[in-house]
Amino acid sequence: MKRKQLKFLAGSVVIILTLAYLAYSGFKEGNAYYQTVSELYASKEQAFTRHLKVAGDVVPDSIRRDGKVINFVISQQDEKTKQVQTLSVKYVGTDAPPDTFVDRAQAVVEGQLGHDGVFVANKMQAKCASKYEKEAAAGVRKS
Amino acid sequence: MAQIGQFALALAWVVTAYSIIASLLGIRLKHDNLIASGRNAALGTVACITTAIVCLGYLFAVSDFSIKYIAAHSNRDLPIYFKVSSIWGGQEGSLLFWGWLLTVYAALVIIQNWRKHSAMMPYVVAVLMSTSFFFTWMHLFVVNPFNQTVFLQADASPLPFVPRDGQGLNPLLQDPYMVIHPPMLYLGFVGFAVPFAFAMAAMITKQLGDTWIRTTRRWTMVAWMFLSIGILLGGKWAYHELGWGGFWAWDPVENASLMPWLIGTAFLNSVMVQEKKGMLKVWNMVLIILTYIMSLFGTLLTRSGMVQSVHAFAQSPVGGYFRAFIIVALSGALYLLFDRLPYLKSENQMESIVSRESSFMFNNLILLAACFAVFWGTVFPIISEAVTGSKITVGAPFFNKVNVPIAIFLVFLTGVGPLLAWRRASPNSLRRNFLWPAIIALASGVPLYLLGIRHFYAWLSLVMSIFVTVTIVREFYKGAAARTIGTGETLVEAIVNLTLRNTRRYGGYVIHFGFILLFVGLAGQAFTTDAEGEMAIGDTISIREYTIRMDKLAIDDTPNYSADKATVSLFEYGKKVANLYPEKRLYKAGQETQPTTEVSIYSTAKNDVYVVFQGGTRDGKKAIVQVFYNPLVMWVWIGGIVLVVGTLIALLPNKKAILRRRSEIESKEEPKEIEAKA
Repeated sequence: MKRKQLKFLAGSVVIILTLAYLAYSGFKEGNAYYQTVSELYASKEQAFTRHLKVAGDVVPDSIRRDGKVINFVISQQDEKTKQVQTLSVKYVGTDAPPDTFVDRAQAVVEGQLGHDGVFVANKMQAKCASKYEKEAAAGVRKS
Repeated sequence: MAQIGQFALALAWVVTAYSIIASLLGIRLKHDNLIASGRNAALGTVACITTAIVCLGYLFAVSDFSIKYIAAHSNRDLPIYFKVSSIWGGQEGSLLFWGWLLTVYAALVIIQNWRKHSAMMPYVVAVLMSTSFFFTWMHLFVVNPFNQTVFLQADASPLPFVPRDGQGLNPLLQDPYMVIHPPMLYLGFVGFAVPFAFAMAAMITKQLGDTWIRTTRRWTMVAWMFLSIGILLGGKWAYHELGWGGFWAWDPVENASLMPWLIGTAFLNSVMVQEKKGMLKVWNMVLIILTYIMSLFGTLLTRSGMVQSVHAFAQSPVGGYFRAFIIVALSGALYLLFDRLPYLKSENQMESIVSRESSFMFNNLILLAACFAVFWGTVFPIISEAVTGSKITVGAPFFNKVNVPIAIFLVFLTGVGPLLAWRRASPNSLRRNFLWPAIIALASGVPLYLLGIRHFYAWLSLVMSIFVTVTIVREFYKGAAARTIGTGETLVEAIVNLTLRNTRRYGGYVIHFGFILLFVGLAGQAFTTDAEGEMAIGDTISIREYTIRMDKLAIDDTPNYSADKATVSLFEYGKKVANLYPEKRLYKAGQETQPTTEVSIYSTAKNDVYVVFQGGTRDGKKAIVQVFYNPLVMWVWIGGIVLVVGTLIALLPNKKAILRRRSEIESKEEPKEIEAKA
């Protein structure tokens, strides 16, 4: 490589390293383990120290609103054992829950598992995949 | 009707296959009639898929629920325009729509270029039809929109039946923006297939001059413009419909549309270096290949449910097929690229770091880095699961930390790049071009700081935006002022004529200006605040200089939905400025009613006031209301419009060619200036 080209290489390397550093620090700040309810229980002690995102279906009639705090239960059936496991969630986030957050919706909560076994979430997403797509894929049933 | 659609799809599949074979065989045998037949077959595909689309639209219009896709995405009471837009409201239909647009583009390309580029075109047809073949195959065998509605019996054998009513279109999609957002996005995604096909054809035929770039320049710009519109409409939709106060959340589906846009933008800029200097040839090939692959990957992401997303897209069988197709397309393109490397030698070399070439290079580098970061962040859960066994998601801080500095650097290059000389910019020209913009920008940085803009990135963004705006305004003014002296035109006439004579250059400036406005709007989001409260009639909530007062709570009932509707007065500095009507709706179709939030927004150039009716309190006496104060949001949309206008200007043919001789007499120095900078 000619010497002329070196400064372009140097410039590019500086930019890429800067971005890589920013990416790394951004990753440290916002990363979360994405788990299902059964995976959460399977990870045992680690579950208490990790920043987590947990997915499960909202158990019907479990939603209790107490001012801004919302308590509810999500459940998930383990694929292998067919056992249904549940997780109590206490949502304390500043944003209102999405419209799609209703009984039986698929919810993803982000936060940490408390030692009392209640998951304290400060972020939540929800979707009603069940209504629109799952059934469409399996063939529409009569309502 | 469904049978006709089904037949049209089957015919389309056969015809595309024939078109590929006839084109390739025709070239090999040097058989002109066979090549022409391949072309005609490609044109025939449009007719077939158009028929299929029309059939699907008809089935929606008459609510034929014996067809599964109709039953799952429509209902009797759905307004007709939403019935039509349901065509692309779900998996099967939106892929059919993709495939249809592809064949329409292919037909237009053939009509436009067949005579001009007779050697390349059969290959272009073959490449486009290969993609079309994949899609028609998917329509036919994997996600067929004309499948019958069936009831699964106890023994799992299907029994056809006709439901009394359909499941309805997802209420979140019942929004005017959702009617046009997907078509725009797809017009963008699919549009990149055209420059990709030409790039492949150029490599196969070894015609690697800039013919393929010049031929596809307008196509690339059109695709890029539609993609930009599509992304912004998606943001606008999210802002209006989702009720969380923002328009961008780094959701995988949003990222899916951003990635091809980032690389497409790099490509659009980078081809200029090839046209002017014969450099970056390999690089441009890589960029267009990646743009196209990212468009496919974007379709895969949105359509397969492979990454967890807030968008309720399903786990579906299309993922594997798409991955296979992407791998085939990517490896084919890369093989061709490696094989043709000797033909892609650069005619010049980079000399100075302060030069036009270098600014393009850095522009490319950071756009690619941005795309890479977005890609990495999006697929990280998949990769980490494959490597460590646990899914790890990266979250918004990752995306913001990388992309905010990139965007600011990009803004800087937007201002500096177009004014740098090729090869090497002299210190003198640097002073002439940038001294005043820099002084004005820094000088305005002081009042910005005093006004309370202390957030470093936001401050830097605004200062940088002012810098770039000054350079752009000056360019127009300098060119126009020179013209007024020569021609006696007024300044406005001069600006118009100047632009029309070099649409690409001045259209480019307008696009850059649009980008700056958009960017200012984004920077404003660093200062978003919100307040929330329970409100009975007469209660108020204050946020910054605004106060809202609850005036009325009412119930609204329509066949499609019922709604709790609040009437809220908005006061600015104690003076009433607007009535707002946030709603909470319950859509009736389907097994369970679905609530949606209809926000009400008071929008000014300074800020938006965004009012959300969260719902009633448990005793039903009060409404829970959230108010967002979002600075400068309007500039995002205005910037988008300016960007589109700029692209349209750049698409116009130059008046310069016609007027060249006259202008040379009029002004001796100006053409030289244009040569040096354009």
